[in-house]
Amino acid sequence: MMIPACRLSDLPRGEAYRLDIDPPVSVFHTDDGEIFAIDDTCTHQDASLADGWLEGCEVECPLHSSKFDLRTGAVDAPPAKLPVRTHEVLVEDGTIYVRLSTDAPNLPPCIAARLAGGVT
Amino acid sequence: MRTVAVVGASLAGLSAARSLRKRGYDGRLVVIGDEPHRPYDRPPLSKEFLAGTIGEGDLALETDDEDLRAEWLLGSRATGFDRAARAVRLADGREVRADGFVLATGAAARILPGADGLAGVHTLRTLDDARALRDELALGGRLVVIGGGFIGAEVASTAYALGLDVTVIEVAPTPLAASLGPTMGSIVSGLHTDHGVRLRCGVGVKGLSGEHRVDAVLLEDGSTVPADIVVVGVGARPCVEWLEGSGIALDDGVVCGADGRTSLGGVVAVGDCANWYDPRAGRHRRVEHWTGARERPDAAVAALLSWGESEPGVPKPPYFWSDQYGVKIQFAGHAARADSVTVEEGSPDERNVLAVYRRAGRPVAVLGMNQPRLFTRWRKHLAVAA
Ligand SMILES: Cc1cc2nc3c(=O)[nH]c(=O)nc-3n(C[C@H](O)[C@H](O)[C@H](O)COP(=O)(O)OP(=O)(O)OC[C@H]3O[C@@H](n4cnc5c(N)ncnc54)[C@H](O)[C@@H]3O)c2cc1C
Ligand code: FES
Repeated sequence: MMIPACRLSDLPRGEAYRLDIDPPVSVFHTDDGEIFAIDDTCTHQDASLADGWLEGCEVECPLHSSKFDLRTGAVDAPPAKLPVRTHEVLVEDGTIYVRLSTDAPNLPPCIAARLAGGVT
Repeated sequence: MRTVAVVGASLAGLSAARSLRKRGYDGRLVVIGDEPHRPYDRPPLSKEFLAGTIGEGDLALETDDEDLRAEWLLGSRATGFDRAARAVRLADGREVRADGFVLATGAAARILPGADGLAGVHTLRTLDDARALRDELALGGRLVVIGGGFIGAEVASTAYALGLDVTVIEVAPTPLAASLGPTMGSIVSGLHTDHGVRLRCGVGVKGLSGEHRVDAVLLEDGSTVPADIVVVGVGARPCVEWLEGSGIALDDGVVCGADGRTSLGGVVAVGDCANWYDPRAGRHRRVEHWTGARERPDAAVAALLSWGESEPGVPKPPYFWSDQYGVKIQFAGHAARADSVTVEEGSPDERNVLAVYRRAGRPVAVLGMNQPRLFTRWRKHLAVAA
Protein backbone atom coordinates (compact mmCIF):
# COMPACT_ATOMS: atom_id res chain seq x y z
CA MET A 1 0.00 0.00 0.00
CA MET A 2 1.26 3.45 -0.93
CA ILE A 3 0.47 6.26 1.49
CA PRO A 4 1.13 9.99 1.07
CA ALA A 5 2.96 11.23 4.18
CA CYS A 6 3.76 14.91 3.86
CA ARG A 7 5.22 17.54 1.57
CA LEU A 8 8.98 17.29 1.23
CA SER A 9 9.16 21.06 1.83
CA ASP A 10 7.41 20.58 5.19
CA LEU A 11 10.07 18.17 6.45
CA PRO A 12 13.38 19.97 7.02
CA ARG A 13 16.62 18.03 7.31
CA GLY A 14 17.17 16.59 10.76
CA GLU A 15 13.42 16.30 11.38
CA ALA A 16 10.90 13.49 11.52
CA TYR A 17 7.26 13.27 10.56
CA ARG A 18 4.93 10.78 12.22
CA LEU A 19 2.22 9.20 10.15
CA ASP A 20 -0.65 8.36 12.46
CA ILE A 21 -1.67 5.05 11.02
CA ASP A 22 -1.84 1.82 13.02
CA PRO A 23 0.90 1.03 13.86
CA PRO A 24 2.36 4.50 13.27
CA VAL A 25 5.22 5.02 10.81
CA SER A 26 7.83 7.77 10.86
CA VAL A 27 9.57 9.46 8.01
CA PHE A 28 13.03 10.87 8.68
CA HIS A 29 14.91 13.44 6.66
CA THR A 30 18.58 13.07 7.48
CA ASP A 31 21.12 15.87 7.60
CA ASP A 32 22.56 14.44 4.38
CA GLY A 33 19.22 14.84 2.66
CA GLU A 34 18.19 11.19 2.55
CA ILE A 35 14.66 10.12 3.41
CA PHE A 36 13.75 6.95 5.27
CA ALA A 37 10.59 5.46 6.73
CA ILE A 38 10.48 3.03 9.66
CA ASP A 39 7.93 1.89 12.21
CA ASP A 40 7.58 4.70 14.73
CA THR A 41 7.14 2.57 17.84
CA CYS A 42 10.31 1.38 19.55
CA THR A 43 10.44 -2.42 19.83
CA HIS A 44 11.29 -2.15 23.54
CA GLN A 45 8.44 -0.08 24.93
CA ASP A 46 5.83 2.42 23.90
CA ALA A 47 8.03 5.27 22.68
CA SER A 48 7.78 7.25 19.47
CA LEU A 49 11.03 7.17 17.52
CA ALA A 50 9.99 10.42 15.82
CA ASP A 51 10.63 11.98 19.26
CA GLY A 52 14.12 10.51 19.27
CA TRP A 53 17.48 11.89 18.29
CA LEU A 54 18.52 11.65 14.67
CA GLU A 55 22.21 11.38 13.95
CA GLY A 56 23.51 10.30 10.58
CA CYS A 57 21.44 7.31 9.54
CA GLU A 58 20.51 6.35 13.09
CA VAL A 59 17.75 7.36 15.43
CA GLU A 60 18.17 7.04 19.18
CA CYS A 61 15.06 6.10 21.13
CA PRO A 62 14.00 8.97 23.41
CA LEU A 63 13.44 6.75 26.44
CA HIS A 64 16.24 4.23 26.84
CA SER A 65 18.64 5.10 24.02
CA SER A 66 18.68 1.99 21.85
CA LYS A 67 19.66 3.11 18.36
CA PHE A 68 17.96 1.98 15.16
CA ASP A 69 19.55 2.07 11.73
CA LEU A 70 17.15 3.84 9.38
CA ARG A 71 18.44 1.88 6.38
CA THR A 72 17.97 -1.61 7.80
CA GLY A 73 15.88 -1.14 10.96
CA ALA A 74 18.58 -2.97 12.94
CA VAL A 75 19.04 -2.13 16.60
CA ASP A 76 22.47 -1.63 18.18
CA ALA A 77 22.15 -2.63 21.83
CA PRO A 78 19.60 -3.33 24.56
CA PRO A 79 17.12 -2.66 25.99
CA ALA A 80 15.49 -3.01 22.56
CA LYS A 81 16.38 -6.36 21.00
CA LEU A 82 14.33 -6.54 17.82
CA PRO A 83 14.68 -4.43 14.68
CA VAL A 84 11.96 -2.09 13.47
CA ARG A 85 10.41 -2.57 10.04
CA THR A 86 11.63 -0.34 7.28
CA HIS A 87 9.36 0.96 4.54
CA GLU A 88 10.09 2.11 1.05
CA VAL A 89 9.84 5.85 0.36
CA LEU A 90 9.14 7.67 -2.86
CA VAL A 91 9.12 11.38 -3.56
CA GLU A 92 6.87 12.51 -6.36
CA ASP A 93 5.80 16.06 -7.21
CA GLY A 94 7.16 17.26 -3.90
CA THR A 95 5.18 14.74 -1.84
CA ILE A 96 6.72 11.95 0.21
CA TYR A 97 4.98 8.59 -0.17
CA VAL A 98 5.52 5.50 1.94
CA ARG A 99 5.04 1.97 0.64
CA LEU A 100 4.22 -0.08 3.73
CA SER A 101 6.15 -3.25 4.36
CA THR A 102 4.09 -6.42 4.39
CA ASP A 103 6.20 -7.97 7.16
CA ALA A 104 4.74 -8.33 10.63
CA PRO A 105 5.75 -5.41 12.86
CA ASN A 106 7.90 -5.98 15.97
CA LEU A 107 5.73 -4.26 18.51
CA PRO A 108 6.89 -4.03 22.13
CA PRO A 109 5.42 -6.61 24.53
CA CYS A 110 3.26 -4.03 26.33
CA ILE A 111 1.52 -3.03 23.09
CA ALA A 112 1.37 -6.56 21.73
CA ALA A 113 -0.35 -7.60 24.97
CA ARG A 114 -2.81 -4.74 24.68
CA LEU A 115 -3.62 -5.63 21.08
CA ALA A 116 -4.10 -9.25 22.03
CA GLY A 117 -6.78 -8.07 24.43
CA GLY A 118 -5.04 -8.45 27.74
CA VAL A 119 -2.03 -9.75 29.54
CA THR A 120 -0.36 -12.84 28.17
CA MET B 1 46.01 -9.44 27.76
CA ARG B 2 45.10 -13.13 27.79
CA THR B 3 42.34 -13.39 30.39
CA VAL B 4 39.80 -10.83 31.51
CA ALA B 5 37.48 -11.54 34.44
CA VAL B 6 34.24 -9.59 34.74
CA VAL B 7 32.76 -9.76 38.24
CA GLY B 8 29.00 -9.10 38.27
CA ALA B 9 26.78 -10.55 35.56
CA SER B 10 24.18 -7.86 35.13
CA LEU B 11 23.85 -4.81 32.90
CA ALA B 12 27.28 -3.28 33.56
CA GLY B 13 29.10 -6.62 33.41
CA LEU B 14 27.36 -7.70 30.22
CA SER B 15 27.97 -4.30 28.62
CA ALA B 16 31.67 -4.60 29.49
CA ALA B 17 31.86 -8.11 28.04
CA ARG B 18 30.22 -6.88 24.85
CA SER B 19 32.59 -3.95 24.59
CA LEU B 20 35.61 -6.19 25.05
CA ARG B 21 34.59 -8.30 22.08
CA LYS B 22 33.52 -5.31 20.03
CA ARG B 23 36.89 -3.70 20.62
CA GLY B 24 38.65 -6.80 19.36
CA TYR B 25 39.66 -8.49 22.59
CA ASP B 26 40.07 -12.12 21.58
CA GLY B 27 41.34 -13.77 24.74
CA ARG B 28 39.65 -15.73 27.50
CA LEU B 29 36.65 -14.00 29.04
CA VAL B 30 35.20 -15.15 32.36
CA VAL B 31 31.99 -13.63 33.70
CA ILE B 32 31.28 -14.25 37.38
CA GLY B 33 27.86 -13.62 38.90
CA ASP B 34 26.33 -14.66 42.20
CA GLU B 35 22.76 -14.87 40.94
CA PRO B 36 21.84 -18.08 39.14
CA HIS B 37 20.14 -16.12 36.34
CA ARG B 38 21.50 -14.95 32.99
CA PRO B 39 21.74 -11.14 32.84
CA TYR B 40 18.30 -9.57 33.15
CA ASP B 41 16.94 -6.07 33.16
CA ARG B 42 16.03 -4.53 36.52
CA PRO B 43 13.94 -1.43 35.67
CA PRO B 44 10.85 -3.48 34.74
CA LEU B 45 10.97 -5.19 38.16
CA SER B 46 9.21 -2.22 39.76
CA LYS B 47 7.04 -1.55 36.72
CA GLU B 48 5.77 -3.90 33.98
CA PHE B 49 7.07 -7.10 35.54
CA LEU B 50 5.60 -6.24 38.94
CA ALA B 51 2.35 -5.29 37.25
CA GLY B 52 2.31 -8.61 35.39
CA THR B 53 2.26 -7.08 31.89
CA ILE B 54 5.57 -8.66 30.90
CA GLY B 55 7.06 -11.99 31.86
CA GLU B 56 10.49 -13.28 32.79
CA GLY B 57 11.47 -13.97 29.19
CA ASP B 58 11.04 -10.28 28.39
CA LEU B 59 13.65 -9.34 31.01
CA ALA B 60 16.58 -11.04 29.26
CA LEU B 61 19.33 -8.60 28.29
CA GLU B 62 21.00 -10.94 25.84
CA THR B 63 19.61 -11.60 22.41
CA ASP B 64 18.88 -15.16 21.33
CA ASP B 65 21.74 -15.39 18.87
CA GLU B 66 24.34 -13.62 20.98
CA ASP B 67 27.62 -15.40 21.64
CA LEU B 68 30.30 -13.55 23.55
CA ARG B 69 32.52 -16.63 23.80
CA ALA B 70 32.57 -16.16 27.54
CA GLU B 71 32.77 -18.65 30.37
CA TRP B 72 29.82 -17.91 32.64
CA LEU B 73 30.33 -18.76 36.28
CA LEU B 74 26.82 -18.12 37.53
CA GLY B 75 25.68 -18.78 41.08
CA SER B 76 29.29 -18.03 42.14
CA ARG B 77 29.90 -15.26 44.63
CA ALA B 78 33.23 -13.45 44.59
CA THR B 79 34.51 -13.24 48.14
CA GLY B 80 37.94 -11.71 47.74
CA PHE B 81 40.49 -10.18 45.44
CA ASP B 82 44.08 -11.30 45.69
CA ARG B 83 46.21 -8.49 44.40
CA ALA B 84 49.49 -10.38 44.39
CA ALA B 85 48.13 -13.42 42.57
CA ARG B 86 45.83 -11.26 40.43
CA ALA B 87 42.93 -13.54 41.19
CA VAL B 88 39.30 -13.35 42.27
CA ARG B 89 38.40 -15.81 45.03
CA LEU B 90 35.00 -17.44 44.86
CA ALA B 91 32.78 -18.63 47.71
CA ASP B 92 33.24 -22.28 46.67
CA GLY B 93 37.01 -21.99 47.07
CA ARG B 94 37.84 -21.65 43.39
CA GLU B 95 40.06 -18.87 42.09
CA VAL B 96 39.91 -17.06 38.78
CA ARG B 97 43.26 -15.67 37.69
CA ALA B 98 43.29 -12.94 35.09
CA ASP B 99 45.33 -10.07 33.69
CA GLY B 100 42.45 -7.64 33.46
CA PHE B 101 39.43 -7.20 35.73
CA VAL B 102 36.12 -5.44 35.38
CA LEU B 103 34.37 -4.91 38.72
CA ALA B 104 30.61 -4.73 38.15
CA THR B 105 28.99 -6.02 41.32
CA GLY B 106 26.31 -3.33 41.45
CA ALA B 107 24.41 -2.42 44.56
CA ALA B 108 22.12 -4.13 47.03
CA ALA B 109 18.95 -2.84 48.62
CA ARG B 110 19.39 -1.32 52.05
CA ILE B 111 17.30 -2.92 54.75
CA LEU B 112 15.76 -1.59 57.96
CA PRO B 113 17.41 -2.85 61.10
CA GLY B 114 15.05 -5.19 62.92
CA ALA B 115 12.86 -5.89 59.90
CA ASP B 116 14.41 -9.29 59.18
CA GLY B 117 12.32 -12.35 59.53
CA LEU B 118 8.90 -10.68 59.42
CA ALA B 119 6.73 -12.05 56.64
CA GLY B 120 5.23 -9.43 54.36
CA VAL B 121 8.31 -7.19 54.41
CA HIS B 122 10.09 -6.78 51.08
CA THR B 123 12.95 -5.04 49.38
CA LEU B 124 13.20 -4.88 45.60
CA ARG B 125 16.46 -5.35 43.78
CA THR B 126 16.51 -8.77 42.19
CA LEU B 127 14.26 -10.97 40.08
CA ASP B 128 13.67 -13.19 43.09
CA ASP B 129 12.61 -10.13 45.15
CA ALA B 130 10.23 -9.07 42.39
CA ARG B 131 8.65 -12.52 42.08
CA ALA B 132 7.98 -12.60 45.82
CA LEU B 133 6.54 -9.10 45.91
CA ARG B 134 4.41 -9.68 42.81
CA ASP B 135 2.87 -12.76 44.38
CA GLU B 136 1.95 -10.84 47.54
CA LEU B 137 0.59 -7.79 45.75
CA ALA B 138 -1.74 -10.12 43.88
CA LEU B 139 -3.47 -10.81 47.19
CA GLY B 140 -4.28 -7.10 47.60
CA GLY B 141 -4.61 -5.21 50.87
CA ARG B 142 -2.82 -2.31 52.47
CA LEU B 143 0.68 -1.56 51.23
CA VAL B 144 3.04 0.75 53.07
CA VAL B 145 6.11 1.87 51.14
CA ILE B 146 8.95 3.12 53.29
CA GLY B 147 10.96 5.62 51.24
CA GLY B 148 9.65 8.06 48.65
CA GLY B 149 12.58 7.71 46.24
CA PHE B 150 12.22 6.40 42.70
CA ILE B 151 11.91 2.70 43.50
CA GLY B 152 9.43 3.38 46.31
CA ALA B 153 7.39 5.68 44.10
CA GLU B 154 7.31 3.16 41.25
CA VAL B 155 6.21 0.34 43.53
CA ALA B 156 3.49 2.63 44.95
CA SER B 157 2.34 3.52 41.45
CA THR B 158 2.28 -0.11 40.27
CA ALA B 159 0.46 -1.28 43.41
CA TYR B 160 -2.06 1.54 43.11
CA ALA B 161 -2.82 0.40 39.55
CA LEU B 162 -3.31 -3.14 40.88
CA GLY B 163 -5.95 -1.80 43.26
CA LEU B 164 -4.09 -1.80 46.57
CA ASP B 165 -4.51 0.79 49.28
CA VAL B 166 -1.12 2.55 49.36
CA THR B 167 0.72 4.82 51.80
CA VAL B 168 4.22 6.19 51.17
CA ILE B 169 6.36 7.32 54.10
CA GLU B 170 9.28 9.64 53.50
CA VAL B 171 11.60 10.92 56.20
CA ALA B 172 12.65 14.03 54.24
CA PRO B 173 10.28 17.00 54.05
CA THR B 174 10.13 16.63 50.24
CA PRO B 175 10.56 13.35 48.38
CA LEU B 176 13.13 13.22 45.55
CA ALA B 177 14.69 16.51 46.69
CA ALA B 178 18.17 15.01 46.65
CA SER B 179 17.99 14.15 42.96
CA LEU B 180 15.53 16.74 41.62
CA GLY B 181 15.76 19.61 44.10
CA PRO B 182 12.84 20.59 46.37
CA THR B 183 10.64 22.41 43.83
CA MET B 184 10.59 19.69 41.21
CA GLY B 185 10.73 16.97 43.88
CA SER B 186 7.42 18.16 45.25
CA ILE B 187 5.87 18.44 41.78
CA VAL B 188 6.89 14.92 40.80
CA SER B 189 5.90 13.41 44.15
CA GLY B 190 2.55 15.19 43.81
CA LEU B 191 1.73 12.30 41.48
CA HIS B 192 1.03 10.19 44.56
CA THR B 193 -1.61 12.46 46.03
CA ASP B 194 -3.12 13.12 42.58
CA HIS B 195 -4.09 9.47 42.63
CA GLY B 196 -5.22 9.19 46.21
CA VAL B 197 -2.05 7.49 47.40
CA ARG B 198 -1.26 8.84 50.88
CA LEU B 199 2.11 10.51 51.25
CA ARG B 200 3.51 11.21 54.72
CA CYS B 201 6.65 13.30 54.69
CA GLY B 202 9.04 14.52 57.34
CA VAL B 203 8.54 11.58 59.64
CA GLY B 204 10.90 8.70 60.29
CA VAL B 205 10.11 5.06 60.83
CA LYS B 206 10.68 3.72 64.35
CA GLY B 207 9.99 0.10 63.59
CA LEU B 208 7.59 -2.54 62.40
CA SER B 209 5.05 -4.46 64.42
CA GLY B 210 3.72 -7.97 63.97
CA GLU B 211 4.26 -11.47 65.32
CA HIS B 212 5.23 -13.54 62.33
CA ARG B 213 3.82 -11.26 59.74
CA VAL B 214 4.02 -7.50 59.64
CA ASP B 215 0.80 -5.73 60.69
CA ALA B 216 1.86 -2.09 61.02
CA VAL B 217 4.61 0.46 60.57
CA LEU B 218 5.41 2.52 63.67
CA LEU B 219 6.42 6.11 63.10
CA GLU B 220 8.62 8.37 65.14
CA ASP B 221 5.79 10.79 65.85
CA GLY B 222 4.05 7.99 67.75
CA SER B 223 1.53 7.15 65.06
CA THR B 224 0.92 3.72 63.55
CA VAL B 225 0.15 2.89 59.93
CA PRO B 226 -1.57 -0.47 59.49
CA ALA B 227 -0.02 -2.63 56.80
CA ASP B 228 -0.49 -6.02 55.16
CA ILE B 229 2.60 -5.62 52.99
CA VAL B 230 5.62 -3.36 53.52
CA VAL B 231 8.19 -2.44 50.91
CA VAL B 232 11.42 -0.94 52.18
CA GLY B 233 12.79 1.36 49.50
CA VAL B 234 15.46 3.26 51.34
CA GLY B 235 18.24 3.17 48.79
CA ALA B 236 21.06 0.84 47.90
CA ARG B 237 24.63 0.33 48.98
CA PRO B 238 27.44 -0.64 46.62
CA CYS B 239 28.44 -4.33 46.76
CA VAL B 240 32.14 -3.92 47.48
CA GLU B 241 32.63 -5.71 50.83
CA TRP B 242 34.39 -8.46 48.94
CA LEU B 243 37.10 -5.98 47.90
CA GLU B 244 37.98 -4.86 51.39
CA GLY B 245 41.65 -5.41 52.13
CA SER B 246 42.43 -5.92 48.44
CA GLY B 247 44.33 -2.64 48.15
CA ILE B 248 41.81 -1.29 45.66
CA ALA B 249 40.69 2.15 46.91
CA LEU B 250 37.11 2.12 48.19
CA ASP B 251 34.91 4.99 49.32
CA ASP B 252 31.19 4.69 48.74
CA GLY B 253 31.98 2.08 46.10
CA VAL B 254 35.14 1.57 44.06
CA VAL B 255 36.95 4.88 43.58
CA CYS B 256 37.60 5.45 39.87
CA GLY B 257 38.87 8.02 37.43
CA ALA B 258 36.71 9.53 34.72
CA ASP B 259 37.18 6.36 32.65
CA GLY B 260 36.60 3.75 35.32
CA ARG B 261 40.25 3.06 36.12
CA THR B 262 40.70 2.07 39.75
CA SER B 263 43.75 2.59 41.97
CA LEU B 264 45.11 -0.77 40.80
CA GLY B 265 46.56 -1.31 37.31
CA GLY B 266 44.51 -3.53 35.04
CA VAL B 267 41.33 -3.14 37.12
CA VAL B 268 38.34 -1.02 36.12
CA ALA B 269 34.96 -0.63 37.81
CA VAL B 270 31.61 0.11 36.19
CA GLY B 271 27.94 0.48 37.02
CA ASP B 272 26.30 0.97 40.40
CA CYS B 273 29.35 -0.21 42.40
CA ALA B 274 31.67 2.39 40.85
CA ASN B 275 32.29 5.86 42.21
CA TRP B 276 33.52 7.60 39.05
CA TYR B 277 35.18 10.97 38.94
CA ASP B 278 32.89 13.42 37.23
CA PRO B 279 34.81 16.32 35.70
CA ARG B 280 31.61 18.36 35.32
CA ALA B 281 30.75 18.17 38.99
CA GLY B 282 34.42 18.33 39.98
CA ARG B 283 34.04 15.38 42.33
CA HIS B 284 33.44 11.67 42.52
CA ARG B 285 29.89 10.58 42.06
CA ARG B 286 28.32 7.15 42.22
CA VAL B 287 25.52 7.03 39.68
CA GLU B 288 22.92 4.32 40.15
CA HIS B 289 21.18 4.52 36.82
CA TRP B 290 20.66 2.15 33.96
CA THR B 291 22.15 4.29 31.19
CA GLY B 292 25.46 4.78 32.99
CA ALA B 293 25.71 1.03 33.57
CA ARG B 294 25.10 0.43 29.89
CA GLU B 295 27.26 3.18 28.36
CA ARG B 296 30.22 3.71 30.64
CA PRO B 297 31.62 0.19 30.43
CA ASP B 298 32.76 0.96 26.89
CA ALA B 299 34.99 3.80 28.10
CA ALA B 300 36.27 1.61 30.93
CA VAL B 301 37.04 -1.25 28.56
CA ALA B 302 38.91 1.14 26.27
CA ALA B 303 40.95 2.26 29.26
CA LEU B 304 41.57 -1.34 30.33
CA LEU B 305 42.79 -2.43 26.92
CA SER B 306 45.12 0.55 26.52
CA TRP B 307 46.13 0.98 30.14
CA GLY B 308 47.57 4.40 30.81
CA GLU B 309 47.69 5.45 27.19
CA SER B 310 44.22 6.74 26.49
CA GLU B 311 43.02 10.08 27.82
CA PRO B 312 39.74 9.82 29.68
CA GLY B 313 36.96 11.69 27.90
CA VAL B 314 34.19 13.53 29.73
CA PRO B 315 31.35 11.10 30.47
CA LYS B 316 27.90 12.16 29.30
CA PRO B 317 25.74 13.79 31.98
CA PRO B 318 23.98 11.15 34.09
CA TYR B 319 20.51 10.27 32.80
CA PHE B 320 17.64 8.32 34.25
CA TRP B 321 13.98 7.73 33.67
CA SER B 322 11.14 6.62 35.84
CA ASP B 323 7.55 5.63 35.08
CA GLN B 324 4.96 6.58 37.68
CA TYR B 325 1.17 6.69 37.37
CA GLY B 326 1.45 6.62 33.60
CA VAL B 327 3.82 9.61 33.52
CA LYS B 328 7.27 9.33 31.91
CA ILE B 329 9.79 11.08 34.08
CA GLN B 330 13.22 11.79 32.59
CA PHE B 331 16.14 13.58 34.14
CA ALA B 332 19.67 14.38 33.03
CA GLY B 333 22.50 16.29 34.67
CA HIS B 334 23.16 17.49 38.20
CA ALA B 335 20.37 19.30 40.03
CA ALA B 336 22.62 20.07 42.98
CA ARG B 337 24.77 22.38 40.88
CA ALA B 338 21.83 24.60 39.90
CA ASP B 339 20.98 28.03 41.28
CA SER B 340 17.67 28.30 39.41
CA VAL B 341 14.99 26.06 37.90
CA THR B 342 12.50 27.26 35.33
CA VAL B 343 9.60 25.49 33.69
CA GLU B 344 10.08 26.06 29.98
CA GLU B 345 7.12 24.11 28.67
CA GLY B 346 3.94 22.56 30.02
CA SER B 347 2.39 23.09 33.39
CA PRO B 348 3.29 21.70 36.81
CA ASP B 349 -0.40 21.41 37.73
CA GLU B 350 -0.93 19.03 34.86
CA ARG B 351 2.25 17.12 35.73
CA ASN B 352 3.52 17.77 32.26
CA VAL B 353 6.67 19.84 32.31
CA LEU B 354 10.02 20.45 30.79
CA ALA B 355 12.15 22.18 33.40
CA VAL B 356 15.69 23.44 32.96
CA TYR B 357 18.11 23.81 35.85
CA ARG B 358 20.78 26.47 35.42
CA ARG B 359 23.86 27.65 37.18
CA ALA B 360 24.89 31.20 36.42
CA GLY B 361 22.60 31.06 33.41
CA ARG B 362 24.07 27.88 31.94
CA PRO B 363 21.98 24.70 31.81
CA VAL B 364 23.23 21.98 34.16
CA ALA B 365 20.22 19.67 34.32
CA VAL B 366 16.87 19.04 32.69
CA LEU B 367 13.69 17.32 33.86
CA GLY B 368 10.87 16.10 31.68
CA MET B 369 7.46 14.78 32.64
CA ASN B 370 5.74 13.37 29.55
CA GLN B 371 7.97 15.50 27.32
CA PRO B 372 10.19 12.94 25.54
CA ARG B 373 10.80 14.99 22.42
CA LEU B 374 11.83 18.24 24.06
CA PHE B 375 13.65 16.37 26.76
CA THR B 376 15.77 14.50 24.19
CA ARG B 377 16.78 17.77 22.57
CA TRP B 378 17.67 19.38 25.87
CA ARG B 379 19.58 16.33 26.99
CA LYS B 380 21.77 16.49 23.89
CA HIS B 381 22.25 20.20 24.34
CA LEU B 382 23.31 19.60 27.92
CA ALA B 383 25.93 17.06 26.88
CA VAL B 384 27.57 19.79 24.85
CA ALA B 385 26.93 22.77 27.12
CA ALA B 386 27.41 21.53 30.65
C1 LIG C 1 13.65 -2.26 40.76
C2 LIG C 1 14.61 -1.37 40.03
C3 LIG C 1 14.12 -0.42 39.12
C4 LIG C 1 15.00 0.42 38.44
N1 LIG C 1 14.48 1.31 37.56
C5 LIG C 1 15.32 2.15 36.90
C6 LIG C 1 14.81 3.11 35.99
O1 LIG C 1 13.60 3.20 35.77
N2 LIG C 1 15.68 3.92 35.37
C7 LIG C 1 17.02 3.86 35.58
O2 LIG C 1 17.77 4.65 35.00
N3 LIG C 1 17.54 2.95 36.43
C8 LIG C 1 16.72 2.10 37.10
N4 LIG C 1 17.23 1.18 37.97
C9 LIG C 1 18.70 1.13 38.18
C10 LIG C 1 19.41 0.17 37.24
O3 LIG C 1 18.71 -1.04 37.15
C11 LIG C 1 20.81 -0.06 37.75
O4 LIG C 1 21.49 1.17 37.67
C12 LIG C 1 21.57 -1.13 36.97
O5 LIG C 1 20.97 -2.38 37.15
C13 LIG C 1 23.02 -1.19 37.42
O6 LIG C 1 23.67 -2.25 36.79
P1 LIG C 1 24.93 -2.96 37.43
O7 LIG C 1 25.27 -4.05 36.49
O8 LIG C 1 25.93 -1.94 37.79
O9 LIG C 1 24.44 -3.53 38.82
P2 LIG C 1 23.37 -4.62 39.19
O10 LIG C 1 22.28 -4.61 38.19
O11 LIG C 1 23.05 -4.41 40.62
O12 LIG C 1 24.13 -5.99 39.02
C14 LIG C 1 25.19 -6.40 39.80
C15 LIG C 1 25.26 -7.91 39.77
O13 LIG C 1 26.41 -8.33 40.48
C16 LIG C 1 26.06 -9.38 41.34
N5 LIG C 1 27.00 -9.41 42.48
C17 LIG C 1 27.02 -8.60 43.57
N6 LIG C 1 28.03 -8.95 44.40
C18 LIG C 1 28.65 -10.01 43.81
C19 LIG C 1 29.76 -10.82 44.17
N7 LIG C 1 30.45 -10.60 45.29
N8 LIG C 1 30.12 -11.82 43.34
C20 LIG C 1 29.46 -12.04 42.17
N9 LIG C 1 28.41 -11.30 41.79
C21 LIG C 1 28.01 -10.30 42.59
C22 LIG C 1 24.66 -9.05 41.75
O14 LIG C 1 23.97 -10.17 42.27
C23 LIG C 1 24.06 -8.56 40.45
O15 LIG C 1 23.58 -9.60 39.67
C24 LIG C 1 16.39 0.32 38.67
C25 LIG C 1 16.87 -0.61 39.60
C26 LIG C 1 16.00 -1.45 40.28
C27 LIG C 1 16.55 -2.43 41.26
S1 FES D 1 11.43 2.36 24.65
FE1 FES D 1 12.99 2.47 23.17
S2 FES D 1 14.74 1.75 24.15
FE2 FES D 1 13.17 1.56 25.61
